[in-house]
Amino acid sequence: MLRFSRTKIVTTLAVILIGLSLAVPSFFSAEQRAGFMASLPSWFPSWIVPQRAIVLGLDLQGGSQLLLEVDQNDLAKSLTTALRDDVRRVLREAGGVTPEGGIQIIPRGVQLRIANEAARAKVLPKLRELSQPISNALVGQGGGQTLNITEKPEGVIQITLTDAGLTDRTRRAVTQAIEVIRRRIDFGGTKEPSIQQQGADRILVQVPGLQDPQKLEDQLGKTAKLEFRMLADSPSGDVDLLPSKDEKGARVPVERRVMASGADLTDAQPAFDHQTQEPMVSFKFNLKGAQSFGQATSENVGRRMAIVLDNEVVSAPRINTPITGGSGQITGNFTVAQANELSILLRAGALPAKLTVVERRVVGPGLGSDSIQAGKYATLVAGALVIAFMFATYGVFGFFANIALIVHVGLILGLMSVLEATMTLPGIAGIVLTIGTAVDSNVLIYERVREEVRAGRSIVSALQAGFDKAFATIIDSNSTMAIAALILFFLGSGPVKGFAVVFILGILTTVITAVTLTRMMIALWYNMARPKTLPF
Amino acid sequence: MRLLRLWPDESHVDFMRFRRFTFPLSAFLSVATVVLFLTVGLNFGIDFKGGTLVELQAKSKTADVGAVRHTANGFGFGETEVQELGGEGTVLVRFPLQPGEQGQTAVMQKAHAAFDADYVFRRTETVGPRVSGELVQSGTIGVVLSVLAVLFYLWFRFERELALGAIVGTLHDIVLTLGVFVISRIEFNMTSIAAILTIVGYSLNETVVVFDRTRELMRRYKTIPTVELLNLSINSTMSRTVMTATSAFLSLLALVLFGGEAIKGFAIVMLAGVVICTYSAIFVSTPVLIYLGLMLSGVKAQGRPAGGRVPQAAE
Repeated sequence: MLRFSRTKIVTTLAVILIGLSLAVPSFFSAEQRAGFMASLPSWFPSWIVPQRAIVLGLDLQGGSQLLLEVDQNDLAKSLTTALRDDVRRVLREAGGVTPEGGIQIIPRGVQLRIANEAARAKVLPKLRELSQPISNALVGQGGGQTLNITEKPEGVIQITLTDAGLTDRTRRAVTQAIEVIRRRIDFGGTKEPSIQQQGADRILVQVPGLQDPQKLEDQLGKTAKLEFRMLADSPSGDVDLLPSKDEKGARVPVERRVMASGADLTDAQPAFDHQTQEPMVSFKFNLKGAQSFGQATSENVGRRMAIVLDNEVVSAPRINTPITGGSGQITGNFTVAQANELSILLRAGALPAKLTVVERRVVGPGLGSDSIQAGKYATLVAGALVIAFMFATYGVFGFFANIALIVHVGLILGLMSVLEATMTLPGIAGIVLTIGTAVDSNVLIYERVREEVRAGRSIVSALQAGFDKAFATIIDSNSTMAIAALILFFLGSGPVKGFAVVFILGILTTVITAVTLTRMMIALWYNMARPKTLPF
Repeated sequence: MRLLRLWPDESHVDFMRFRRFTFPLSAFLSVATVVLFLTVGLNFGIDFKGGTLVELQAKSKTADVGAVRHTANGFGFGETEVQELGGEGTVLVRFPLQPGEQGQTAVMQKAHAAFDADYVFRRTETVGPRVSGELVQSGTIGVVLSVLAVLFYLWFRFERELALGAIVGTLHDIVLTLGVFVISRIEFNMTSIAAILTIVGYSLNETVVVFDRTRELMRRYKTIPTVELLNLSINSTMSRTVMTATSAFLSLLALVLFGGEAIKGFAIVMLAGVVICTYSAIFVSTPVLIYLGLMLSGVKAQGRPAGGRVPQAAE
């Protein structure tokens, strides 16, 4: 064990140096790092230079964290509304079949009654086509169908969303929502937000530096669903009674049929009305939208079109001429700020369902920097105490253990840098803790060696036996701690996860440094000093 | 130079003898903790109870806790908990859970309206009803899972009696750690679960070191009486135990004293945990092996009369 070939020494040192150098970027800010990389001469292979750094958690950086949940009820509601529109379209295309009493909405679906058996037979297969097979990465092709279509007595046809269908749509809604959120936040100009899916129906939004998430919440609270529908002539038939933005409390009858949708917008910009100088939003449709819009305006010249935003009638201009160019304006007593905001929301897209905030954490910058300060100080004091203690107890060997300790902390930081892991306040506590427990491996070895010497072995064989016998114990004890740390990692989130990461990496690096580095140092020392007795 | 020796090299302390005192003591403390847990209860933070938490720092550096409490209670959201945190006029205000996911927003708005003038909002946290319920679940599952996982691992690595002894010690440590929370009224939230899991790990660390030695000695000395075996295991590992415990204690002490208010609760619990784990590895897990009838090569070991009473093996 005391024979450490030159190659082994060089390799060990090289690996350690590389590991430590990986930690360097974490001590510099992002700007400094970027500046350094830019200043490198062009022939220098930039892949050699470590670039990844540890990310500071929100509890150290300051900022806001929102956990949003997709409102399942709202999602189901919008899915049934869309389903009803689809059914209506199918009936129209099948030759104008009209169900008795219209299409009713039932829990998680729609229901219609077609007394005529021939009409029913014609329509049913087309309705069945509405259901789609669910396929995703998890279930492949065998995920079932999105809709359940059943025939009930007396010519009633019931179409409902399946459980699998709802889950699938929720999953898609979350993915889509993440995209929309990202665009909304980016347009707002905040720095580097992190948006991740959490679980089946939740989204975690972390925005460093944001102190007042209220505005963000308001922004994310709006679905921003824009629909172009026709104002109904009378409040009966296939109409919705919607609130009007202009006249508070009044309800306006609006036809249910959607002529053109905000989903087909390619652009929306704030502008000012030429004549009145009022703030407004001017928009542009894509081809499909332009066609629908053109057709709708051609068929309804002289009538009023209702522009509906989030189920509220924002304005209802009269159609004077058909608009086939695919662009138009939305006016509606907007302030400049409102026009701006609406443009952003329309450009980013509509959220597929309402999002509710289920958890909110805001950390001020003062607390963040205080925590970092305190954390650094505590780490240094802890390190100094442990180093002094080891030195006082083991002398020269204590010195080796201390070097191993410093390398150990450095390697943890290096690994965290490469993984771009998040450092939180409990994570700093984890580093302090690992400083205290990392010496355990070395202590196990040293105490064993002492014991072997007392039992009469020579120095060399005592060192050998000490390392060998302690090794099994080191593995055992660290494994038990690793189990607890792994469970914590999968279980926790945010700060707790940060602690678990530090802990796991700490265990890993402790075992490595105790087994390789400490052995190497002792072997070198022995071969140089050739002592007759143990120095401790 | 003369080196520091916290524990003599050749020690022959009869640790097992102390079990007359330590067993009743541990039993009493455990029962007392359970009673206190059921009556006084833990000081649950909003992670588990739900609600809103606001950390305010007075711009004038001195906070009028009474006035804050009066104002906060006046919001009409129920009884609030207000406590001073450290020096420098920092106050922690906790509002109970409001119904519905949106209920917590109203709390935040009122709090800002009332306190923005005189206080800086160092941090705010709101947890809705659904999330808090889930955190309680995952916290409990985590602790239970870790105990089971460890039991499994020990069953593989060690003889049955050793595994059981280790688990008894670990459960004892978890209970006593909860006792620390109950008595100190330190806020119990997700980081506290992290502390408990870490203590589970550390407790096993200590126990495994002793039991590794026990197993080695069992193989070497086939007919040693149990009490002597266990005493020898502990005495021979004691110098290492003292060293590691002192080292962990020193670093955690630094964290308590210098780590700042935010992590203080966690650090204090960890500090207590190190003491509890070391104590239990020596005075609980190991003596329990005597009562479990530790087997040595198929022969049930008898205790020495002086070492204390040992249930005679029914052979």
